[in-house]
Amino acid sequence: MPHAPIDVGPPHAATVVSRVQESPTIFTLRLHLDDPDAQAAFRFAPGQFNMLYLYGVGEVPVSIMSDPEEHDIIGHTIRALGRVTRGLSALQPGDRVGVRGPFGRGWPLQDLGGNDIVLVTGGLGCAPAVSVIHYVLRRRARFGKLVVIQGVKHADDLIWRMQYEQWAKLPDTQVLVAASEGAAFWPWHVGRVTELFGLARFNPERAVAMLCGPEGMMRAAAESLLGRGLPETHLYLSMERNMQCGVGRCGHCQFGGAFVCQNGPVFNWAEVKDLLGHRGF
Amino acid sequence: MFNETEHTVFLPHDRLGALLAAIRAGGWQCVGPRVEQGTIVMAPLAEDEDLPRGVQAEQAPGQYRLGTDAKRRHFAWANGPQAIKPLIFAPQETLWRVARDADGRLAFETVMPDAPKLAVIGVRACDLAALALQDAHFLRKGRTDAHYGARRAQLFLVAVQCAVPASTCFCASTGDGPTPTVGYDLALAELDEGFVAVAGSAPGRAVLHALGLAEASPVQIAAAREQGDAAAAAQTRRLPGRDLREALMARLKHPQWDAVAERCLACGNCTAVCPTCFCHTEHDIPALDGASSRHEREWDSCFGETHGHLHGFNVRPDIRTRYRQWLTHKLAGWHDQFGRSGCVGCGRCIAWCPAGIDFTAEVAALTGASGGSGMEER
Repeated sequence: MPHAPIDVGPPHAATVVSRVQESPTIFTLRLHLDDPDAQAAFRFAPGQFNMLYLYGVGEVPVSIMSDPEEHDIIGHTIRALGRVTRGLSALQPGDRVGVRGPFGRGWPLQDLGGNDIVLVTGGLGCAPAVSVIHYVLRRRARFGKLVVIQGVKHADDLIWRMQYEQWAKLPDTQVLVAASEGAAFWPWHVGRVTELFGLARFNPERAVAMLCGPEGMMRAAAESLLGRGLPETHLYLSMERNMQCGVGRCGHCQFGGAFVCQNGPVFNWAEVKDLLGHRGF
Repeated sequence: MFNETEHTVFLPHDRLGALLAAIRAGGWQCVGPRVEQGTIVMAPLAEDEDLPRGVQAEQAPGQYRLGTDAKRRHFAWANGPQAIKPLIFAPQETLWRVARDADGRLAFETVMPDAPKLAVIGVRACDLAALALQDAHFLRKGRTDAHYGARRAQLFLVAVQCAVPASTCFCASTGDGPTPTVGYDLALAELDEGFVAVAGSAPGRAVLHALGLAEASPVQIAAAREQGDAAAAAQTRRLPGRDLREALMARLKHPQWDAVAERCLACGNCTAVCPTCFCHTEHDIPALDGASSRHEREWDSCFGETHGHLHGFNVRPDIRTRYRQWLTHKLAGWHDQFGRSGCVGCGRCIAWCPAGIDFTAEVAALTGASGGSGMEER
């Protein structure tokens, strides 16, 4: 039987090219699809996700963190938490997984030229945002200021610390990081990330904000940004729900009338604000 | 049925077997009503098997009892717990399998179902409306579900007008019954002396043609039409509107959600018997020798603990939020997704709820509508 399209059929076999331990529980797998044509044809937008399949165990949705212009690799940063992700964390280069995707709607990067870009991320929410940062930095002249706000529970949870330090040195780039619990030599804020929102320097009339992280944090960020005059239409957020099929069929990721796996995971604020914060949706 | 352009014929009761034979001659296996475990189930019919006659299904909240129809009709029962859904959206099936060789290489392959030509005898207008909604979900353009689609393409549907609605029925208020109007290959309306029959497709016309039946008389057609109108008028339950989206989404904090959560057992019976519920899980079943694994899907329920599971927390940790998810998806989310409500008024969720929760009564309580529920029966 010929292979169905990658998103609706069975997964494509992929090989782990490299594995990096980012923190005690967070790791990054870089994958290469075994079928060279499928790898060459694989295109995604930052903010989209794949379903990663661990042999004999099952699938998990994971956002794609690699650069969309890196055509020979698919990168995923994963926290080892459940049955599948703990198994994935044990993989080594040369091991095989399955990949279906990419799924859903990514960040609206095509339409953002000329704007200041404000990224607010919490915890591992920085993974889907890091490809946005790379995207902006690679096309620096098209964008205004870049503001990166990242919150973590503990200072040790901050992955890619060197990158944050490097980004902080770039012109027109502001990096604000907060850890609820600090550690020795922690150069950034100790406290809640919400305390940093007021420090962000951007022009609300021509800025676009993208939020990814715990919903409480995203709601606080939205309130602050909208309070500073950012139009609702310029506010985007990435939602997380129980995606199982990726194609809007299995029903688990529904958020009101939306299938997060298809209509999201990136939504405009206006699309989700009514239900966001309603426990149970 | 009853449109002016379609040829309407009369099928005497004693030629029902000939109809099934003509369908079989067209290559279809027949699935139809059979009395099993105290209910009407849709089961494969043996070649010489007669359809049950004189059976009625008395339904009430939390109750389903077979009774007797004095007129000895074949289809004097409103419905059983299931009809079309499990025949094409399989309760459990393998989607694909993967083999692993000694070097760890993975080879994936789709596993397609065996999908024989299947005729379903005795489906109701609500079942056809539900099927249209399942089609909208599983056969969305560009996202066609191959497994569902393979079985769907093989269906031949013989619909029957509901003349004896159950107390749990409310299809008249959802606009989906009791007389079938679209989506069938053949439609029957059962009178005392036989059936008024009409085709709704080319295969249906061919089957009727093979039987060489006489035209139905204007009196018979009028009787069938009136019977449908009477069945609609006899329904005691109803929904207070066909688009309750705004009304329900404005009442997400209504105390009735707490009240229903006190009674709901979160057993998932309602979602299992609902002909439009489509949620399913996907999981792996690895072979014992470790050399292969099957990836399966299985019906799931939004009342289950794992439905809203995310790492670290559960989106819907309690019955209140799960019942609200089910009801608001059915009557609000479906409008966003498919342009109409996801309820076709079959009443199965009322009859098969072990706690006797009445969907229409809950909606009436939530929306403040009056006279919506036939509560006087409880």
